[in-house]
Amino acid sequence: MATQFIVHDKADTVGVVVVEDVRPGQELTGWIMQTDETISLKALDAVPLGHKIALRDIQSGETVLKYGHDVGRAVAPIGKGRHVHVHNLKTKRW
Amino acid sequence: MGRYDFYGFRRENRRVGIRNHVIILPLDDLSNAACEAVSNNIKGTLALPHPYGRLQFGEDLELHFRTLIGTGSNPNVAACVVIGIEPAWTNQVVEGIAKTGKPVAGFSIEGNGDISTIASASRKAREFVQWASEKQRELCTIQELFVSTKCGESDTTSGLASCPTVGNLIDKLDPLGATTCFGETSELTGAEVVCAGRAAGKEVADEFMRVFNAYQEVIERHKTSDLSESQPTKGNIAGGLTTIEEKAFGNLQKIGRKAKFIDVLKPAEAPAKGAGLYFMDTSSAAAECVTLQAAAGFVVHLFPTGQGNVIGNPIEPVIKLTANPKTARTMAEHIDLDVSGLLRREMTLDQAGDRLIDIMIRTCNGRLTCAEALGHREFVLTKLYQSA
Repeated sequence: MATQFIVHDKADTVGVVVVEDVRPGQELTGWIMQTDETISLKALDAVPLGHKIALRDIQSGETVLKYGHDVGRAVAPIGKGRHVHVHNLKTKRW
Repeated sequence: MGRYDFYGFRRENRRVGIRNHVIILPLDDLSNAACEAVSNNIKGTLALPHPYGRLQFGEDLELHFRTLIGTGSNPNVAACVVIGIEPAWTNQVVEGIAKTGKPVAGFSIEGNGDISTIASASRKAREFVQWASEKQRELCTIQELFVSTKCGESDTTSGLASCPTVGNLIDKLDPLGATTCFGETSELTGAEVVCAGRAAGKEVADEFMRVFNAYQEVIERHKTSDLSESQPTKGNIAGGLTTIEEKAFGNLQKIGRKAKFIDVLKPAEAPAKGAGLYFMDTSSAAAECVTLQAAAGFVVHLFPTGQGNVIGNPIEPVIKLTANPKTARTMAEHIDLDVSGLLRREMTLDQAGDRLIDIMIRTCNGRLTCAEALGHREFVLTKLYQSA
């Protein structure tokens, strides 16, 4: 089955959409590279190629994990299946 | 001939190049016009104009000399003509390059004027280019190859696939005794502790953290915002990268999973501890970083891109790879290797790494990169602070 999103690490709270046409409501197939697991997730937003999608509900203020590491802080509540980007995730640096 | 062998140019100092350039190198901004005139007169030579070289001082001036001398000394350069406004600093560059044993000659403009200088320099350049044209490639081994890497206009596909492809190559070449280099000090922000953990020993890790913290101080001193307009770049953000931390972890995939870096180099500093992986303190701007790595003697560059950075370098061929299927399709003329199959799970990382090794060896044997074919010759000197 085609992979529509990829997750670096089992601990990650976001995955990356790797196809060009993800629509809201679409059931997606994902691949966790670290464990070679296949997972599924329903997209709630149109998420462009290369953009992140939340793998679970994330609270405002919560640390977002990618590569198994801290990549910033959620600045708004993010629902599972939602688009994660500059509108709801910010750096903790600089 | 083994899988990792290639045909290169072995220079007077035994260092191996993969190109045979005769360069016309300006000491300073004022000498660009004369250098360009010489390269126009003498076919097969290459002028390297740049905007600096006057009233620099201290560490910034040292870096200017180190970059120019390093560029002329790079084994991809067969011979070099240096032109400067006055003789003293011009000779300093000439003498630095002459230590390699390669042919080099300097010309200065004051007291002569452009036209007379161009005539003298053109006669010498004609002699050099005909001499260089008879140089033959010889069989060389991977232990003689210096490979640098830096990514640009990254997106999330860089961290998923194109940077790990470079990492896979480093994992394979490091045990064979290749000399490799990564940099981009500011672009490790958020991943600096993980990066320091890849240093070979505490001394190297401490030096890495010292250099990293010094760069952070520069950013803290000059910043007017959280840098969200410049780092990540607009292109990074369009490609889905949100924070510097996320970009940093993607960047770090380029050094693979196994190799430890054995030393921390100053900008444009040549490696001096033998084969292995080196970290160089550089800007994360593509042309600045590659120019510094070329000046340190690296002869072939691996450049993963996401959104499609088009950079090249005048003397160090830049091999571009992408995993972004849209970039591979819309910017095909810039992409030497398409690894978007990794995202479709049509190839493994191991296969992607092997394909990158193949295209690198072909490039070393003489295949022109996309950037070379398109004439990308970005030569951008790093300047540390204002001139006097």
